[in-house]
Amino acid sequence: MVRFLLSGDAPRSRILAVLLALVLVGLAFAPFIFPGVRALHTAATICIFILLVASYDLLLGYTGIVSFAHTMFFGLGAYGVALASVHMGRGWDALAVGTLAGALAATVLAWLIGLFSLRVRAIFFAMITLAVASAVAVLVSQLYQLTGGEDGLTYQIPRELTPAFRFGELFGVRLNGRLLNYYLVFFTCLALFLLLLRIVNSPFGRVLQAIRENDFRAEAIGYRVVVYRTAATCMSAAIAALAGSLYAIWLRYVGPDTTLSFEIMIDVLLMVVIGGMGTMYGAVIGATIFVLAQNYLQNLMGLAAEATAGLPLIPDLVDPNRWLMWLGVLFVLSVYFFPTGIVGRLRAGR
Amino acid sequence: MSAAPDHTPTFAKHSITDRIGQAAPYLLVPVLILAGFIAIGAPTSWLTLTVSGLAMGMMIFIMASGLTLVFGLMDIINFGHGAFISLGAFVGVSVLFGLGGWTDAASLPLNIAAILLAILAAMLLTGALAWAFERVIVRPVYGSHLKQILITVGALIVIEEAIHVIWGGEETFLNRPNALRGAVTFAGAALEKYRILAVVVGLAIFFGLRLVLQRTKIGLIVRAGVENPDMVEALGYRLRLVFVGVFIAGSALAGLGGVMWALYEQVITAGMGENMMVLIFIVVIIGGLGSVEGAFVGALLVGLLQNYVAFLEPKLALVSNIGLMTVILLWRPQGMMTVAKGS
Amino acid sequence: MSEPILSLEAVETDIAQYHILKGVSLSVPRGQVTMLLGRNGVGKTTTMRTIMGLLRNKAGQIRFDGAEISGELASSRCRAGIGFVPEDMGIFSALTVEENMILAAVSGAPDRARLDWLFTVFPPLKTFWKAPAGTLSGGQKQMLSIARAMIEDRKLYLIDEPTKGLAPAIVSTMVGALRELKRQGASILMVEQNFAVARALGDHCVVMDDGRATWSGAMADLATDHALQERLMGLSMEAG
Repeated sequence: MVRFLLSGDAPRSRILAVLLALVLVGLAFAPFIFPGVRALHTAATICIFILLVASYDLLLGYTGIVSFAHTMFFGLGAYGVALASVHMGRGWDALAVGTLAGALAATVLAWLIGLFSLRVRAIFFAMITLAVASAVAVLVSQLYQLTGGEDGLTYQIPRELTPAFRFGELFGVRLNGRLLNYYLVFFTCLALFLLLLRIVNSPFGRVLQAIRENDFRAEAIGYRVVVYRTAATCMSAAIAALAGSLYAIWLRYVGPDTTLSFEIMIDVLLMVVIGGMGTMYGAVIGATIFVLAQNYLQNLMGLAAEATAGLPLIPDLVDPNRWLMWLGVLFVLSVYFFPTGIVGRLRAGR
Repeated sequence: MSAAPDHTPTFAKHSITDRIGQAAPYLLVPVLILAGFIAIGAPTSWLTLTVSGLAMGMMIFIMASGLTLVFGLMDIINFGHGAFISLGAFVGVSVLFGLGGWTDAASLPLNIAAILLAILAAMLLTGALAWAFERVIVRPVYGSHLKQILITVGALIVIEEAIHVIWGGEETFLNRPNALRGAVTFAGAALEKYRILAVVVGLAIFFGLRLVLQRTKIGLIVRAGVENPDMVEALGYRLRLVFVGVFIAGSALAGLGGVMWALYEQVITAGMGENMMVLIFIVVIIGGLGSVEGAFVGALLVGLLQNYVAFLEPKLALVSNIGLMTVILLWRPQGMMTVAKGS
Repeated sequence: MSEPILSLEAVETDIAQYHILKGVSLSVPRGQVTMLLGRNGVGKTTTMRTIMGLLRNKAGQIRFDGAEISGELASSRCRAGIGFVPEDMGIFSALTVEENMILAAVSGAPDRARLDWLFTVFPPLKTFWKAPAGTLSGGQKQMLSIARAMIEDRKLYLIDEPTKGLAPAIVSTMVGALRELKRQGASILMVEQNFAVARALGDHCVVMDDGRATWSGAMADLATDHALQERLMGLSMEAG
């Protein structure tokens, strides 16, 4: 049964299996194990980023192409839900329409970008996605009548998904709409993650990996490289958009900073690389570690900066605003010394 | 043995259409300027916009030229190129601040001397950083585009953040040197002095680069290396050394572009180079990866279009460049001027 | 007899994950033409590229002019005296014929007298001196490629299939030029599929099969022994 769900792609390392089980159990019972609003928010963010990073890994790790537009697709899903909720009013139909529209828009846009860039050289893709993503980000902030600009949009979601909807108590935890919302996020992410696992272990996924290893040879054997790469791009974009929709439903707010910014793109890149490219499970490990670190380590940096306030340079370096610098350093070092990521290491060291 | 019927020279077969095909990219610039004239209607606004479009294009070209050559020569894609732009801007602006007495004086020679010193310092420092960057960041990832992109993006972030740590603050404002403030009036149109200077410098760099590429042995090696690196090695040249030189020179040009852009915008941020990379990539793609001429024409097109559209419909300025890229890739999927790989 | 200009001892080369050369041993005597023969895909071009240094041998020795050169870069090997005409000709098509030749003269400006001599051997080069090399015909490109290798005196010339895909008339021009080079006492290692050309130019020959040199000896012996040809190369080359 487990084997079937994992599409035959076992963790292949005892430590990894234990870690994955811990994450799964931790997230599945998060509302009961880690009480508190902030902890639940962290857990939901982890779920969504696992999905987002896994969908990115389909592109980066399995297909071997770099995209800088992944947060754009993520944002399309989020803005889809937001715009539908604003214009159609609070309701399940708005969520459904917004989610579908966002996923569809992401797929079409991914297909168009793929058409223009993958036909020529895979390296075009990285540059063109960067250009398109930044144009979209600029557009979103300029079309403020529609998108709320830099302020973003807040909107109402169905009452059943909000804290106001209460229906009892279990193990001392109050059961409310927020809890339902969390489980909507959790189970959707789990299902889509398993779907991704299925995709990469299907014949289609094997062809993608063959293309990653040697695109000339794959073409020579008779696979149409462009078609496969474009298809992977579209799938990856659609799932990223779904993750974005979930995020929008969870936050009840969208804005450029939470869904579209280049910084989130960097975060996603880092999560994939640290977790391990081309492994899917790397997304789970990478996203979990990263989100936890982001939520709790930055506080620590703030404390360190205060403690060293009298010294030269050091408070500047450990200032929480310099978080990104240390990420960058970590990123460069992991590409050099740790290219297979945590999952790759665990599997090799088995 | 198969008889190949190709002894007759194909040289004579070069038809008129081929020649127009080769010249077409250059013709796009006047065509766009003309289209701008028709769309804008008012000649004075059009002239002002054309000059600022050309100025912007020239500065983008200066920043893009190194990137495209580095790619053409060694198949290296450097997403960290923007870091050299930012660093150049900060170094140059620091020098200008230090020479405040010269820049505020109402003397053109003193102003120019201050700018030259700022540019010199910026180019020296970016060049030195590029030397280290090539050794530490780029060299270990030859042959893998994926790793190049990842690692140079990482390096870009680190350098940008380091600029924050060293110079502090989010935005730094500056004034242009005294003699370069304001505008001159020509045919009723106000033309900013600095933009005219930018056009002149840009043209000088372009023709200087062309001269080096066409007339010197180093230039021959670079052009040949873009096409067939192995053969250049087999003819006795150490392409690696040439490449390091090109990388340093290209990054120093990015530093120069950074100083010029700083004086153009009169504000600098650590992220300015990263922001410029969007336009630079568009320019390099539509020009054809590895082609300096292509980058030049592409940069002018991007600069002009950006200015015309910003006047006509401000919100579409950046999107219009995506549109330009789309149209050009539909026309020539490899970019306007491609460099043949292999023979 | 003097030491050979070039000798390979158990040279092995990989291309990506493929093991192409599995131990090539051969030697090229001074002042003579050695032909490298064999079917397609047995490693002839890989051998040439390994000698030139464009591929690195992972095992074995390459001795050139008395020195071990396995660790040297291609550029140093060129400066040590190896001229190279690759299988794909390696023409810089964006450069003019003149620029191709200037680049080939690695130690300075091209020698005028030598250039004039090359013009008499390959007249089209003079005709199209200022034309972009990309506009030349296949035969003219091959002439340019060989002329480039010959613009300065080299101790050894590596020439990979100079007659590939050329019309018979140009093949004879090419043979004439190579004979001229040979007459001046050059040492040449040449890959050739056209057996008539190989027999006309070659003094020695080395036959390769499956990444190894399987036979070497005088060209005359191979040329007259059809049974040997059959055994070594799987088909008689006489018809070529």
